[in-house]
Amino acid sequence: MAGDDHDDHDYRDHGGSVLSDIALRVKALEDLMVEKGVVERAALDKIVEAYEHAIGPRNGARVVARAWSDPAYKRRLLSDATAAIAELGYRGLQGENMVVVENTPQVHNMIVCTLCSCYPWPVLGLPPVWYKSAPYRSRAVKDPRGVLAEFGVTLPPETEIRVWDSTAEIRYMVLPMQPASARDMSEAERAALVTRDGMIGTALL
Amino acid sequence: MNGMHDMGGMDGFGPIRREDNEPVFHADWERRMFALASAIPFAVPMSDDHFRQEIERVAPATYLKSDYYELWYRAHMALLQQRGVIEHGRPEGTKPLAAETVMAAIGAGASTRMPADGITARFAVGDRVTARNIHPSGHTRLPRYARGRSGVIDADRGVFSFADSNARGDGPCPQHLYTVAFAGEALWGEDAGNDTVYLDLWESYLDPATR
Repeated sequence: MAGDDHDDHDYRDHGGSVLSDIALRVKALEDLMVEKGVVERAALDKIVEAYEHAIGPRNGARVVARAWSDPAYKRRLLSDATAAIAELGYRGLQGENMVVVENTPQVHNMIVCTLCSCYPWPVLGLPPVWYKSAPYRSRAVKDPRGVLAEFGVTLPPETEIRVWDSTAEIRYMVLPMQPASARDMSEAERAALVTRDGMIGTALL
Repeated sequence: MNGMHDMGGMDGFGPIRREDNEPVFHADWERRMFALASAIPFAVPMSDDHFRQEIERVAPATYLKSDYYELWYRAHMALLQQRGVIEHGRPEGTKPLAAETVMAAIGAGASTRMPADGITARFAVGDRVTARNIHPSGHTRLPRYARGRSGVIDADRGVFSFADSNARGDGPCPQHLYTVAFAGEALWGEDAGNDTVYLDLWESYLDPATR
């Protein structure tokens, strides 16, 4: 699927290369939608800008760092994630109903959407290609330990793995365990330790 | 529908291919398709349920061969054709999303949560339930791997519009949505590890477990 096709299709339209078929078709659709008054081109530009520059995993990293630094915030995050995340200014599309699940020495959480690509946009941005790909979606629920091993994560056999298949109206984010190195850090320094995959649950920090 | 999209538990797709420092978009047409898909529903009534249903209707071989945003293109072409927009243009009485309201619109979101007044919950946390063995020909969010399997209600998430009914055009049919915990063994057999799959399921998908 998507990720596997990158080597085979030259759809990149920079560098003076010829536009691919799909690039031409999307361009035609955009032109038609503008002509019919369905969309405004400036609004499309603004949407792209928002998801390329404002909305991404640094938002989630700030949420995690706050939870590591402020026990009262962490309690609010685990009991009403949508409201606690909104305290930091992150809300909206694909994060309207959030749940945060906490990793502990006994429990490791990971997120998938086996049916499509559901993902918590306000805190993590748009999902990476691998998250949307058939290999991850097919195996995350059946063989989470095998999937984690591919990401270089090996957990003790006694650790319970909880896979959250977010196929309906709830969007999930993992609260990773704070690494020992973060103990004497500021909140901003802690945020810099938090990775996107750590908040999906396919990496340890 | 029992489509190609319902992948949980399948084998044979190979290793998970990751990309270091992956960009948000890989080509300009992906940027434009994402933005179109985000903006069009403000002027043309459609929900994510309708959108997902159209992606699921893509033939299995095409689904697997297509880039992610190519599926978005196909789904939107189908939705726009069904709604007469390709032929007749923007529906009367609607307005396009304006650039200056984009950030507010993203922040407002489009929650499918509905008022819970008078809608009772059939199940409580801790109840054992069985996912129905149903195979609807239209849109459903009950994955095949859970059908006929039993688990435990882990959380009642409140009342939401029901995707299956909304996609069919039968209205929201608001009902409770539950997180159900399925032991790995119940889904994958005795070789499964110490793992649990948590799946959000609407009340219509569930029966009380008989064992």
